[in-house]
Amino acid sequence: MNSEEGKQMVNYYSVGAEIDLGTPVSGSAEPITLTIDGTPITVPKGTSVMRAAAIAGTNIPRLCATEDLEPFGSCRLCLVEIEGRSGYPASCTTDVEPGMKVFTQTDHVAKLRRNVMELYISDHPLDCLTCPTNGNCELQDMAGAVGLREVRYGYEGSNHLDEPKDESAPYFTFDPSKCIQCSRCVRACEEQQGTYALTIDGRGFDSQIVASQKEDFLSSECVSCGACVKACPTATLTEKSIIKFGQPDKATITTCAYCGVGCSFRAEMQGDQLVRMVPNRDGHANHGHACVKGRFAFGYATHADRITTPLIRESIHDEWRKVSWQEAIKFAATQLKNIQKEFGRKSIGGITSSRCTNEEVFVVQKFIRTAMGNNNVDTCARVCHSPTGYGLKTTLGESAGTQTFDSVMAADSIIIIGANPTDAHPVFASQMMRRLRQGASMIIADPRAIDLVDMPHVQADHHLQLRPGTNVALINALAHTIIDEGLEDKKFIDERCEPDAYEIWKKFIGEQRNSPEALAEVTGVPAGQVRAAARLYANANNGAIYYGLGVTEHSQGSTMVMGIANLAMVTGNLGRDGVGVNPLRGQNNVQGSCDMGSFPHELPGYRHLSDEVARKLFEAEWKVELDSEPGYRIPNMFDAAVAGEFKGLYIQGEDIAQSDPDTQHVHAALSAMQCVIVQDLFLNETAKFAHVFFPGSSFLEKDGTFTNAERRISPVRKVMEPKSGMSEWEITCALSTEMGYEMSYEHPRQIMEEIARLTPTFSGVSYEKIDALGSIQWPCNDQAPNGTPFMHVDEFVRGKGFFAPTPYVATDERSNSRYPLLLTTGRILSQYNVGAQTRRTENLQYHDEDRLEIHPEDAQLRGIVDGSWVGIKSRAGETVLRACITDRVQPGVIYTTFHHPESGANVVTTDNSDWATNCPEYKVTAVQAYPVSQPSQWQEMFQRFDKEQQELLASSQETVE
Amino acid sequence: MTKVFIPSDTTARSLNADAVAVAVGALGEDIELVRTGSRGLYWLEPLLEIETSDGRIGFPNVSVESVHALFAEGIPTLEHEKCLGLVEQHQWLGHKRLTCARLGIIDPLSLTDYLDHDGFTGLAAALKMTPQEIVGEVTASGLRGRGGAAFPTGIKWQTVLDTQSEQKYIVCNADEGDSGTFVDRMLMEGDPLRLIEGMAIAALAVSATIGYVYVRAEYPQAIATLQRAVEIAEGAGYIGKSINGSEQAFHLEVRKAAGSYICGEETAMLESLEGKRGVVRYRPPLPAIKGLFGQPTVVNNLVSLATVPDILAKGAHNYAKIGKDRSKGTLTVQLAGNIKRAGLLEVPFGITLREILEDFGGGSFSGRPIKAVQAGGPLGTYMPETEFDTSMDYEAFKDIGAMLGHGGLVAFDDTVDLAEMAQFAMEFCAIESCGKCTPCRIGSVRGVEVIERIRAGENADENRILLKDLCDTMIEGSLCALGGMAPLPVLSVMEKFPDEL
Repeated sequence: MNSEEGKQMVNYYSVGAEIDLGTPVSGSAEPITLTIDGTPITVPKGTSVMRAAAIAGTNIPRLCATEDLEPFGSCRLCLVEIEGRSGYPASCTTDVEPGMKVFTQTDHVAKLRRNVMELYISDHPLDCLTCPTNGNCELQDMAGAVGLREVRYGYEGSNHLDEPKDESAPYFTFDPSKCIQCSRCVRACEEQQGTYALTIDGRGFDSQIVASQKEDFLSSECVSCGACVKACPTATLTEKSIIKFGQPDKATITTCAYCGVGCSFRAEMQGDQLVRMVPNRDGHANHGHACVKGRFAFGYATHADRITTPLIRESIHDEWRKVSWQEAIKFAATQLKNIQKEFGRKSIGGITSSRCTNEEVFVVQKFIRTAMGNNNVDTCARVCHSPTGYGLKTTLGESAGTQTFDSVMAADSIIIIGANPTDAHPVFASQMMRRLRQGASMIIADPRAIDLVDMPHVQADHHLQLRPGTNVALINALAHTIIDEGLEDKKFIDERCEPDAYEIWKKFIGEQRNSPEALAEVTGVPAGQVRAAARLYANANNGAIYYGLGVTEHSQGSTMVMGIANLAMVTGNLGRDGVGVNPLRGQNNVQGSCDMGSFPHELPGYRHLSDEVARKLFEAEWKVELDSEPGYRIPNMFDAAVAGEFKGLYIQGEDIAQSDPDTQHVHAALSAMQCVIVQDLFLNETAKFAHVFFPGSSFLEKDGTFTNAERRISPVRKVMEPKSGMSEWEITCALSTEMGYEMSYEHPRQIMEEIARLTPTFSGVSYEKIDALGSIQWPCNDQAPNGTPFMHVDEFVRGKGFFAPTPYVATDERSNSRYPLLLTTGRILSQYNVGAQTRRTENLQYHDEDRLEIHPEDAQLRGIVDGSWVGIKSRAGETVLRACITDRVQPGVIYTTFHHPESGANVVTTDNSDWATNCPEYKVTAVQAYPVSQPSQWQEMFQRFDKEQQELLASSQETVE
Repeated sequence: MTKVFIPSDTTARSLNADAVAVAVGALGEDIELVRTGSRGLYWLEPLLEIETSDGRIGFPNVSVESVHALFAEGIPTLEHEKCLGLVEQHQWLGHKRLTCARLGIIDPLSLTDYLDHDGFTGLAAALKMTPQEIVGEVTASGLRGRGGAAFPTGIKWQTVLDTQSEQKYIVCNADEGDSGTFVDRMLMEGDPLRLIEGMAIAALAVSATIGYVYVRAEYPQAIATLQRAVEIAEGAGYIGKSINGSEQAFHLEVRKAAGSYICGEETAMLESLEGKRGVVRYRPPLPAIKGLFGQPTVVNNLVSLATVPDILAKGAHNYAKIGKDRSKGTLTVQLAGNIKRAGLLEVPFGITLREILEDFGGGSFSGRPIKAVQAGGPLGTYMPETEFDTSMDYEAFKDIGAMLGHGGLVAFDDTVDLAEMAQFAMEFCAIESCGKCTPCRIGSVRGVEVIERIRAGENADENRILLKDLCDTMIEGSLCALGGMAPLPVLSVMEKFPDEL
C-alpha cells in the first residue's frame, strides 16, 4: 500500500456498528468487583451483570435488552449461572454484587438458550435471505450465537406468519409476522419518545403490538420519531429505505440540519447513497433519540428540485441562463462592483444563514466586512432570537443559553414560555417529558394550549393562558409575587448581583401596578394562578426556564428576555445543573450564525465594532481596515432598497421572501434591487426575485460545524460530494477574490482555526478536539479546555448580574373594532420553518397545508365552519386559509403555521418590531377573519408569479440541454 | 323470637338459598332471619340453622318446597327427622377454626355481630404495640404466606418496615384464581371485617397509609360485601383518617381485578393496580422494597391477612403451637372435584391427604376409586394414590415435588384421562400467559401441540423427549411461576402415571 492510498483510507470519523452494552449506564460511582467467567472486573454499583460482562468483552446473548432502554427481562436468552444462587437469573435484570461469581457460558445455560431460541424460531418466517434486515438482525445473530441447529417443533404449529403488514407510515413498515414480542418498540415509545402510542394488545401467544387503538401507524398517535424502528431487533419495524436499498456498509457521524436541538446522527451509506439516518447513542444533545424530520425527512437533499448549476439573468422576468461557476461569479462580482461604483460602498450587503455551518457563515460575514467594505451583514436571527442576544448580554453578559439540555433532568420546576417543544424541539421535549414523568412540576405560559398542557402522561400544573402581547406584564406579575411574598434568594442576590441595580429593580417590581391583581386585566390570567405559579417556581430546589419565539417575536421581546433573566436571578436559579435560562433556538445553527459575527454591529464573539482592540485584532488578521460604523439590519436593508439606496444583496440560504414579515414590503424591496444573489438548494421564494443563483450544498455535502441551542459545537461531515461541484465556502471565497479581496482556504478546518485565533470563547476549539470529544460547548479556551456545560457558575460573564427594569408597554398592535382578533403563529412537528426541506419529503402526509385555528365562539359568530375558507385581513395584507375549529386557542385569538408559501401568513404580519433589535412582532397581529369563497388577491398574484418563475427556470434548463 | 340462619354466600345462593330465605321469612313474625356466610359444608347447602339453647341445629339441603314441611309443626327441633344435630359438632367443624371461625355464624355486615365475636380485638392489641413489636409477633407466630409461596409473613413485613419511604402500601391479593379454591371469596362474603382488621394491623406494623384489596372480577358479591364492609369500618372509625383513634391513617380501597389469572401473580397485580396491563415484573427488586408505584409494599394473600387478627388477639405463641414443624397454624383446605363431600375445611397442618379425601371427603362422588388429586391449583402436580399418606405441610409436600399452594384439592376418579389433563395444564398456561417471557408465551402453545402429538401416537418417543426438554426450559427459563410451574402437572403425569403419557 503506498502512502497516498493509506491517507485516503484514514477516515477516523467513519464508524462501525454502534456498540450496545445491553443495559443503561449506572449513575453510581461506587466500584463493585466481581468475577465473570473467572476474570475479575470492577464496575460501578448498579451495573447489570450483562453490562459488566459486555465491558469485560463477553456479549451474553440477548434480544429484549438494549442500552437505550431500561431492562425488561422477557426474552430469557441472557440467563446465566451465579454461584450460590438457585436457578438461572437473567443477566440484564441482575445487578452486580461484590464478590459475585458469574458464569456466562455453561453447558446448561447453552442448552437453555438454544431451547428458548428454538421456541422463537418455531414462530418466525424462514426467509432470512430475502429479509430486509438480513445481515443486521439480532434474532439472526442470536440464533447463530446459541448454535441453533434444528426446530424440533416443526413449523406447522400455531404461528403468526400470515399477519398482514402495515405499510401506512411514510418511512417504515410494520410486519407483525416477524415480531418476537420483545416490547422494545413499546418501551422506546414510552421511555425515549414519551408518546405512548404503542402497546401490546391481547395476552400470551395472541399478544400483538398495536398502535393507539388498533389503528394503522399513520392514523395513530405515532409521531414517527423512529425510536421503535431503531429499537426493533428484527425486521418487524424497518425503514422503507432499507427495504429499498438494503443494508448500509458504512456510517459517518454528523449533525442534523433541522432544529436547534442539533441531534447527532449516523449517516449510514452505500457508496454515496444515503440509506438512512440513525440517531447516535453517543450524541450529547440527543442520546440516541430523533424526530421525524432528522430521522427520516432527508429526501430533500437529493430531490429533483435541487438546482446544481449556477444561473444568471439580467432581469427577474428573463429566462435563467445556466453558466459555469467562473462566469456566474464574474457576473455577480461585476454587478456588485458596479452598484458600489454608482450607489456607494454601503449600497450592498449580505445575509448569513442559520442553516449553514459556522465556517460558511464566518466566511460570508468576513466577505462583507472586507470585500464589500461595510458592515451590512445580518442574519435570520434578526427575525427570531436577536432579543435573546440583547437581553441576556445585558443582564448576564453572554448572548446564549446557560445550560446543557441534560440539565433538565435535574430541574424540579420547569417554566415554558412561548415555546412548543413537542413540535419545534421534539427531541428535547422527549427528555423534558421524561423529567416531568419523574415528577417535576411544569408551568406553561402560552396563549394557546400546546400539547404539553395536557398529555396522557404529562400535565401542566399551571397553564397561564395569557393574551398575545402581554408577556412582560405576566413576567412582571410573577416577579412581583416573589418580592411581595419574600420568596427571593437573598444570598444569591447579595453575592452575585449588582446591588444598586437590584434595589432599583426591586422598587420598580414591587410597585402595585406590577402585581398579579393589577395585571390580571391586561394578561387575562387570574392573579391567584400567577401567584401559585410563582411560588411553585420559586420554592423548587431547581427552577429552569425554557422559552422560544413566543418570547422574542414581540415589540417588547428584549424586555421580556430581560424579565426572564431577572426572574431566574431573583430566585437564584442560575449557575448550576438543573436551572437556567434556556432559549430554544429555532434553526440548527442560529446560535452559531450569531456567534460568528453575523450582526451589523458585532464582530465574531459578540464584540462591538466600536471595540477598538477587537477591531484591530481582525484588521491585523484580515489585513484590511474595517468600517467601525454598524451596517444595516435586515429591515433597514428593505427600507433602503425601497428608497432606492440599497441595490445589491448576497443571501446565503435564507428565504426572506417567505419568512420575513410584511411579505408585500419584502417583495417590493427585492424587486427594487439590481443584483440579488441567492445561494440555496432550491428555487425558493427569494430566488424568484434573484439575478444570480449559486447552487448550495446540503449538510450531507459539507464539512463544518453547527452550534445548537446549548452552545454545543457539533461536527457536520461530508458524506457525498457537493452536487454543484463547489463547497459553499468556496463560492464565497471565489466571489470575494473576484471582487478584489482575496480569500482562500484549503479546508473548513482552516476557517475554524481562524475563528479560534480571533474569538476568545472559541480559542480552544479545533476539529481535532471535536473529533476527540464528539462535541464541545463554548466557551472553550484555556480556562475551560473541554468546554462549558453551565455558564455563570461562580460569577456572571459580565461580573455581577444586572437587574434591568422591565416596564410593560402595550404593543401598538392591538385588537379594535376593525381588527378584533389577534393572530399568532407557530410551527408543527412534521414541517420545518418555510418548509423548503420538509415540503420536499413524505412529511407532507402529516401536514399538507397550513390551517387557521379559531375558537368555536369566534367561528360561530362569523359563520365559519370547520374546513371552510377564511379570509384574514390585517393592516398589512390579506390571505386565505382553511379553518380548523378548536378550543386550543382562546376566544379572540387565532393561530396558524407558516410552512407553505402559498399560505401567505406573513402577508398579514406587520412591520412592528422589538424596540431594541427590530425582531418582528410575528406573534401579535390584529386581524379580522371572515368566510370567503376564493383565494386572496395576493395569493392569486403569488400563483401567477410562481408559475412564471417556474417556467423561466424550466426553459433555462431546456436551452442549455 | 327464634333466630334462623341461612347463608347468603355465592355457593348457597347458587343452590337457591335466597328463595329459601324468602320462604322462611314469610313464615311468621316469631322468626328472626339472619343471613350469614357459609361454613363451607357445601354438600349440605342450603344449610338452614336454628338457634337453640344448646347451640345451633342444622337442616341440610333445604329447598323452598321443604321449608313448609320443616316448619309445619312450628320451629323444628333437634328431634326433627331432617335435623343433622348441633352444627358445631359436625365432623368438619371438629377442629377449632381460627381464620374461618366466624364463617356461617355472623351476619357479615353487622358490626355488632363482629364485635360480639371478638372482632377488632387483634387491632386493639396491635394499637398498644410498636410497629416492630407487631412485626415481631407475626414473625414469632410462624405464619407463612397462604397464597402458595409460603414465605414467612413476618419477614416480608420486616423488610417493608425497614425500607425507608414516605409512602408505603398494603395490598391484599384476593384475585383467587386457582381451580378448586374459594376460601378468599368465603371470607370476603362471610367475614369481611376480619380482612379489614388484618390489613389495618399490617398498616400499623409497617406504617402504611393506603391499602388495596384486589378482588377477582368474577366475585361480584365478594366485591360488593367487602366494599360495604369498608364503608362500615370507616364509618365506625376503625380505618380512614385514623386507625381507631390512632395517629395513623389507613385508606382502604377495593379494586375489581382485570379478569386474568396472571393478575394474581403479585407483580402483575401491582402493574394492574397501577392501571397498566397485568404483565409480570422481574424480581428483584422485591415488592417489599419497590412495589406499588415503586414504593415499599406488603403484598399478602387474603388468608394470611385474615389470620393476623387472631395472632395479635391471642398471641403468637398460641398460633405457633398449632400445626407441624415449620408449618404453623391451620390450613384452609378447599376440597373439590370428584368428591362426595366438597367444601371448606380448616385443619391444623400435619393431617394427611388421605384423611382429608376419605374421612372428610368421603371418597369420590362417583364412588369409584380416587386415582389422582391435583393439589395447589392448576399448576400443582397430580398426586397418585401412593402419595395420599403425605402429611399436609409445606415441607412434606415439597419433598415429593408437590405443593400445597392456596390449599385447593381437586380429586379425580379412575376414569380420568391424565394425558388430557396434562394437555389442559399447557392449555391453561397458554390461555393465561401474560405473554411477556418467551418460554411461557410460545412454550405453552408448543406444549399443547407436542402433547397432542404424543396422544395421537406421532413419533411419541421423540416427542416425549421434546416435551421433557420443553418443560425444563419453561421451569428454568420463565419469568414467573405461571410458566415456571405449568409444566409441573405435565411432568407429574409423565413421571407418576407413566402409562398415561
